[in-house]
Amino acid sequence: MPFLTVVYALLFYLATALLVGGLAYKIRQYAKTPAPLKIPTTPAPVTRSGVVLRMFRELAFFESLFKSNKWIWVFGYLFHFGMLLVLARHLRYFTNPVWTWVDLIQPFGLYAAFAMAAGLAGLWARRFLVDRVRYISALSDHLMLALLLGIALTGLAMDYLTHTDIVALKAFFLGLMYFNWQPIPEDPVLLLHLALVATLMIIFPISKLLHAPGIFFSPTRNQVDNPREQRHLAAWAAKLENR
Amino acid sequence: MADFETPELKEYPVIPHLQEGVMAHSKPFVAKEEFQESLGFPGELVDNWEQVALDKMQELTGKYRGFQVFLDSCVKCGACTDKCHYYLGTSDPKNMPVARQDLLRKVYRRNFTFAGKYFPKLVGAVDLTKEVLDDWYSYFHQCSQCRRCSVYCPYGIDTAEISMAAREIMDCVGVGQKYCNEIIGKVYKIGNNLGLPQPALVDTLEGLEEEVEEDIGVKVRFPVDEKGAEILVVTPSADFFAEPHVDGLIGYAKVFHEAGISWTLSSYASEAANFGMFIGSYENMRKVSLRIREAALDLGVKRIVMGECGHAWRVAYSFLNTLAGPFDFLDPNYPVPQHILEFTHDLIQRGALTMDKSANDDMVLTYHDSCNVARASRMGSKPGGQFTIPRDVIRASCNHFYDMPQDTIHEATYCCGGGGGLLTDDLMELRVKGALPRMEALKQVVEEHGVTHMAAICAICKSQFSKVLPYYGFTMDSIVSVHQLVSNAIVVGSKQ
Repeated sequence: MPFLTVVYALLFYLATALLVGGLAYKIRQYAKTPAPLKIPTTPAPVTRSGVVLRMFRELAFFESLFKSNKWIWVFGYLFHFGMLLVLARHLRYFTNPVWTWVDLIQPFGLYAAFAMAAGLAGLWARRFLVDRVRYISALSDHLMLALLLGIALTGLAMDYLTHTDIVALKAFFLGLMYFNWQPIPEDPVLLLHLALVATLMIIFPISKLLHAPGIFFSPTRNQVDNPREQRHLAAWAAKLENR
Repeated sequence: MADFETPELKEYPVIPHLQEGVMAHSKPFVAKEEFQESLGFPGELVDNWEQVALDKMQELTGKYRGFQVFLDSCVKCGACTDKCHYYLGTSDPKNMPVARQDLLRKVYRRNFTFAGKYFPKLVGAVDLTKEVLDDWYSYFHQCSQCRRCSVYCPYGIDTAEISMAAREIMDCVGVGQKYCNEIIGKVYKIGNNLGLPQPALVDTLEGLEEEVEEDIGVKVRFPVDEKGAEILVVTPSADFFAEPHVDGLIGYAKVFHEAGISWTLSSYASEAANFGMFIGSYENMRKVSLRIREAALDLGVKRIVMGECGHAWRVAYSFLNTLAGPFDFLDPNYPVPQHILEFTHDLIQRGALTMDKSANDDMVLTYHDSCNVARASRMGSKPGGQFTIPRDVIRASCNHFYDMPQDTIHEATYCCGGGGGLLTDDLMELRVKGALPRMEALKQVVEEHGVTHMAAICAICKSQFSKVLPYYGFTMDSIVSVHQLVSNAIVVGSKQ
């Protein structure tokens, strides 16, 4: 087996393990930590189904961000939903036969990659151009955008500049999934693209990318506004009553 | 008047450019030993304070899901950077919500995250030093916990939660704030924030009865500690002595009189405000809340009604059931607690009150949504009732009402500048500057509609505005209580 194949195979096993394990650890931590007080940002829904709707609007439309700042909203939306389509498009490298809906979205996935890159560029520009955002940006905030933009640009490069052997690539990933390793195409742009993706997977659970699971556990967004109707009591707070 | 400049009211609100460190000098007085200790905190900075602080931080991340999630989730997108009234009024970048949070988050990162432990420079993580603690003391006392940032954050991160945690950590290492901690001590000792003892309270209320009788020729009662009354009224102690608060109290009394329902104040629970929230202390907040439960049990009332007070209503509406419940000994037909505005609104809706709106014709009114009522509570059964119910009551009490610009009311309302335990003279500069966005909005309706008065339903808002309005060229009596309008308009005795 070629050396690079072994390196990338092990890299992706490691990255997947850290991503899944790390996220599981954080999600468990969030789920197990009590929210002792009712703190939804009001006006808030008064029913559980209302909360589901609020959360859906937050995820599907970035409702709060839309209220806040249209520039961040536009760039953030282009980036996130561009990336979602791009990821969905990539499912064709991991499924055999390829699912029909994945086939159908292939043409849109390409435009989505441009949207993703444009959104990231806009978000990055803000970190230089707006003095308030420049002030709050750490080096890691810049590097995170560089990493994501690097992924988008190397991906686009393989569509428009230097094609890679995607049949062999698909064989490589299916091989990883079924523990039947196949050689990876040794194309520098592809190798860079994959190395960046693996890096992203590894840092996901130890970085601000935790906002993805975090939003679901945010008490200001996921709590029902019913404190007068239902008594809400955390276990550690209940202990105070027995003292 | 003061050793700082009052910001200029511009034609249109402008987001200021950063001026680093311009508010670093702003700090409230530190609590003395005796006030720290009566709350269960060490009297002065403890020897191993760094470790005590970190231990407390870890304890809080395990007790409050919000705190843990908020520390992890910020992506520094910048959505909140122009949302805080203290940033808009001072230009100090550490008053941008994200930067304020980062004062604490950078210490969290350094000690509790992989990236911060091994790559501190990369992610902006720092050790907890005396300089950092000083920054905390300064800037976590420049947050009024108004939650405006939490409306606009795509993850709902609430800086109020971070600043409450920071204040709790500071209390636990022995660096508490004088204003808040002294007041909580007074509540434990005497029963209210002002330290007004029972005989003085009785005296004040008797005086009010006489005053009202002279004024309208009807004896309207102001009962205190009356066992067997139907309703216990818990109101901020400011209502007992200062304008315009006391006019609101007179309004409540007239409403109860007209409704024909017996009510009473309690000298034991003679305070609606709960400063335990400001310092982020669940235990102290609970201890203050339990006084209301004990008073209700002791007096044998069937309902609890809260007076006009913003943060008090948050604690009462959102937390009282948690902290001091269950209230199964009260009449289950009414929410516990009820807001005085819900009570009055209901009577108006049912046509049970006769209102002469022309009694308020000398005023053109606008309404200031108090931050904690707007973004941390509700009135009535529908979301947003906290916006419509006060306005309905105002409209039923006067002929001339105009709202301030949309982006400064309802959930977008600006804090008065004095909330969250900052209503103290040692923070005057901050209070004046923090009022800027509200003053700009007020100026707009003054110029467009000839507004003469602003109504509010919070003791802090009313006190703060009385003090800061003159800095911006308005008169201090242009702030009024909503129940003051009710008091003027209500025709007492019409239903008998």
